Amino acid sequence: MRPAGERLAEGGLAASALASSLVTVAILLFLLVMGLPLLRGGLILQLLGGGWQPDQGQYGIAPMLAGTLLIAPLGLLIALPLCLGVSALVTVLGQNAVSTFIRGFVRFMTGIPTVVYGFVGVFLLVPLVRELFGHGSGMCVLSAALLLAVLISPTMILFFTEAFAGVPESYRRAVDALGGTRVQALVYVILPQAWRGVLSGTIMGMGRAFGDTMIALMIAGNAARVPDSLLDPARTLTSHIALIKAADYESLEFKSIFACGLVLYLITAVLAVAVRGLARDKGAVR
Amino acid sequence: MSSRLAQRVLMACCWAAALLLIGAVAAVLGFLLLKGAGALTPELIFGEAEPLAALSGRAQVFDGILPAIVGTTALVLLAVGIALPVGIAAGVYFAVYAPAGLRRVLSLLTDVLASIPSIVVGLFGLTLVILMHKHLSARVYPSLLISGVALACLVLPYIIRTTEVAIEGVDQETRLTALALGASRLQNIFKVLLPRSLSGILSGCILAIGRCAEDTAVIMLTGVVASVGLPGSLLGRYEAVPFFIYYTSSQYADQHELMQGYGAAIVLLAICSWLFLLAWIIKGRLAGLAFRRV
Repeated sequence: MRPAGERLAEGGLAASALASSLVTVAILLFLLVMGLPLLRGGLILQLLGGGWQPDQGQYGIAPMLAGTLLIAPLGLLIALPLCLGVSALVTVLGQNAVSTFIRGFVRFMTGIPTVVYGFVGVFLLVPLVRELFGHGSGMCVLSAALLLAVLISPTMILFFTEAFAGVPESYRRAVDALGGTRVQALVYVILPQAWRGVLSGTIMGMGRAFGDTMIALMIAGNAARVPDSLLDPARTLTSHIALIKAADYESLEFKSIFACGLVLYLITAVLAVAVRGLARDKGAVR
Repeated sequence: MSSRLAQRVLMACCWAAALLLIGAVAAVLGFLLLKGAGALTPELIFGEAEPLAALSGRAQVFDGILPAIVGTTALVLLAVGIALPVGIAAGVYFAVYAPAGLRRVLSLLTDVLASIPSIVVGLFGLTLVILMHKHLSARVYPSLLISGVALACLVLPYIIRTTEVAIEGVDQETRLTALALGASRLQNIFKVLLPRSLSGILSGCILAIGRCAEDTAVIMLTGVVASVGLPGSLLGRYEAVPFFIYYTSSQYADQHELMQGYGAAIVLLAICSWLFLLAWIIKGRLAGLAFRRV
């Protein structure tokens, strides 16, 4: 029999673990409770499919869904080749001064506040895009995607380089022994071996891109309609939540942000589970 | 790929990618520092007030970011103060006690929590306010306390993960020695595991501080406002540096206000870089592992 103090402390530890994990469930429940009226009577379909015209009583979030589904994947598409290139460079260079600098710089990037990117974006990138394309205000899908790509890069690069480094040293030595170069080792051995890590990193970056609020809010222009081109302004699900200023908590306008919250929660949760699945499969194979 | 040329082209592309990314970030930072360096004066923080008088509370600051800095500091202390004990306890439980099956379920939930967008966590805080306002007391409004609780939820998974990783980083022999000598599991935790993994846990804590200081999405739904002065109470509204930066970027009326925005952005960047360096010095490798979970 262990002393009572010991058991009490252990109970406290277990309670903390349980409470932390239950926050995840609580957030989902709260979103559901607040969004429940929407789930009844097919209203959810109207919301998900309809346009946003508050003056006509239409509170559909389809334009925001389109904004998110345009900006986040576009940002990822821009970031992916960049991140693969940087990670490949760091891996091929091995441990020298340049690769140490790049690694350090990428780590440092994770510490740069998002709002600082947004602020500089407003006064540097937006005018640049406006002048370059001569269309609209410069606050558009393209500007937001470009900045988003920079924002999500460090997460992806850290994942990629770690996956590359995880390939057993003996594999590289085998390439060396066959007279292969470091670049050949990367392309024929490391990349095929590390695909799981590359996929995890990409999914992780996608999650960040979907979840980002400040870049889209500050840079994308926030027009609540489906953009016709990359140079049109758009509003994402995240910035729609941030922008709502309804005084009436019972109004449909206010309720619509919980539909946005639910969609975002589900997307990012699925991505998180996918990353875990990839990590576990890898464990099973070894 | 066997040809030298193809390899050269590939490497050139990789170099170009690295230069492009580093160049883009350098352009952002350089632009900010060049344009905003002029704004870094005592007036940026204290406005018209005498610095010493403002700090001791004898003079009110009207045209400076002191209230925002104080608000952010209070917010960080509150959120980390809530998240740290709970997060470390949960991390210890995962690493030492949790049975494999339970651990898998609970850590899945923690992973999902880490992935939830911060604006959704903010929405959670707002929902908390609405429900309490309706069912508990009509005097509950968005406030410093609500923001602190919501932010604590946001950084909780980082703290849990760094604690877990740090404890598991202690080698197996060390983990078992005290137990073999007859120490209880709790003694083993407090006398061996926690002291041994302190640097890892500390770096996780510092990263959490940085995350709380820079977050804008959570607080904009849970009580931050553009102008209210120094935070008066836990149940009151407050100002914060990142929100000030966001607000200025869209609402500035003249050059002076714009320069204040630049100044505030440099201040926030400096704080976050400093925290980052601190975490790196304490434990570079673990810091990287923690960031992966962003």
